[in-house]
Amino acid sequence: MNPHSPREYFDRAQQKLLQRVLILGSMVEEAMREAMQALQQRDFTAARRIYVADQEINEQRYAIEMECITLIATQQPMARDARLLAAMLEIITELERIGDYAKGICKINLLMSEAPVDSTVMFNLKQMSEHGLGMLHRALGAFVSQDIAAARAIPLEDDAVDMLYNQVYRVLLAAMMAVPGSVDRSNHLIWAAHNLERMADRVINICERIVYVYTGEMKELDGSDGLQIEDNHG
Amino acid sequence: MIANTPDPSAIQAQSLSVYYGDFRALKEVNLSIPQKKVTAIIGPSGCGKSTALRSFNRMNELVPTAHITGEILFMGQNIYASDVDPVEVRRRVGMVFQKPNPFPKSIYENVAWGARLNGFRGGVGHPSMDEWVEQCLHKAALWDEVKDKLHQSGLSLSGGQQQRLCIARAIAVKPEIILMDEPASALDPIATLKIEELMRELAEEYTIIVVTHNMQQAARVSDYTAFFTMDEDRAGILVEYGATNQIFTNPKDSRTEGYITGRYG
Ligand SMILES: Nc1ncnc2c1ncn2[C@@H]1O[C@H](COP(=O)(O)OP(=O)(O)OP(=O)(O)O)[C@@H](O)[C@H]1O
Ligand SMILES: [Mg+2]
Repeated sequence: MNPHSPREYFDRAQQKLLQRVLILGSMVEEAMREAMQALQQRDFTAARRIYVADQEINEQRYAIEMECITLIATQQPMARDARLLAAMLEIITELERIGDYAKGICKINLLMSEAPVDSTVMFNLKQMSEHGLGMLHRALGAFVSQDIAAARAIPLEDDAVDMLYNQVYRVLLAAMMAVPGSVDRSNHLIWAAHNLERMADRVINICERIVYVYTGEMKELDGSDGLQIEDNHG
Repeated sequence: MIANTPDPSAIQAQSLSVYYGDFRALKEVNLSIPQKKVTAIIGPSGCGKSTALRSFNRMNELVPTAHITGEILFMGQNIYASDVDPVEVRRRVGMVFQKPNPFPKSIYENVAWGARLNGFRGGVGHPSMDEWVEQCLHKAALWDEVKDKLHQSGLSLSGGQQQRLCIARAIAVKPEIILMDEPASALDPIATLKIEELMRELAEEYTIIVVTHNMQQAARVSDYTAFFTMDEDRAGILVEYGATNQIFTNPKDSRTEGYITGRYG
């Protein structure tokens, strides 16, 4: 190791950035997990706290972005170096958006009256979030361990999330029609489900970038793109 | 490996090896360089970039120990065939060097000299010599800077201007290909950008082949990039050749990747 080698300096800078991306990832995972717990427990205090803490996720994202831009400007990355930095910029954007979904779920929590969420709906929402968070966690693992096979496989799990979304959606739609007074609440919960569905989609984008970094191949990885669902929304 | 591009070729090296005495400086190079594009040659020092460039216009024959095997086809014709005049080859395939080397003559004479040497005749239906000198200086993006001092010495110009004067001089003999060996390495960033801009402009009319150590320059200016390195015998070999965008974002060979990202050696 030559501490004065610019190449080694660049390698270390990239490693540090990767660490920061992982930290951002865990902040986002935690925000989503806590947001769901707060929804289940109808814990307004926690929801308010997570809502405000989203600011830290945004700040972390901008700090990483600045660091990427500095490295691009000063190191003029080529080939895999260029792909890595470009992918990081993309991945932190996706992570920040997932953070926004957690924040959105907190907002929904705060907007709905105190009564507990219907247990079947809550169960499905929990399943969606656990599924999506599992995908996210493993995607970030694949990023550091350069596991291309995993990055290609994870998007296939999106179908399960889409199915759960369809279920929740139908249940909530039926509730709206059966009990006119529940329209607002059902609508809010559909939004929560929608956020969770989108979280899994963003994990797919993250996986696409990981494959791009390590193979140079830029390709869409999602099996089903939830078109059917988009149609339901009109 | 026969490296090919989708564009029609200006120069084709076929099993090209170049020797200096017993030393093989280039080994079995197969390369097809497209017409009216900018092709960059990159690679570590000593891998034979200049050697390859010089073999494209028989300049290496000026080195007494040098000889080649294989063929170089220029517009389909072997330039090393016995009936080909090397002077004619060098007119059609011009060269610009790393260090600007204007003649110690006026700016005007630097451009007119080559044209005259190659039998330039001004007159009816053709530009006069004055017009031709002006045209060449325009094409070399130098006219505006020198139009009021055409009879001052070429050596009175700045380094970047001298290099453009050399390009004007190369253009004056109506070449089809212009070879450039690190044409901007002695210049500051602004003068360098001017040369790069000029290369792009010249590619409308000429085939440009440029050797450069500056990766960003190769990436900015060229359409195709060839990466050379040395094998165990220190002989230069062509490792990878392709569209510049591909070479710099997704090189196929790990040696190319190593070199362009600075992990070489
Ligand atoms: N006139 C010569 N006589 C003997 N050997 C030579 C001569 N010119 C070049 N060589 C040798 O041929 C090999 C290739 O040299 P060349 O100048 O083509 O390399 P290059 O890639 O242009 O290097 P650089 O980037 O340093 O300009 C080197 O090993 C060099 O020492
Ligand atoms: Mg050289």
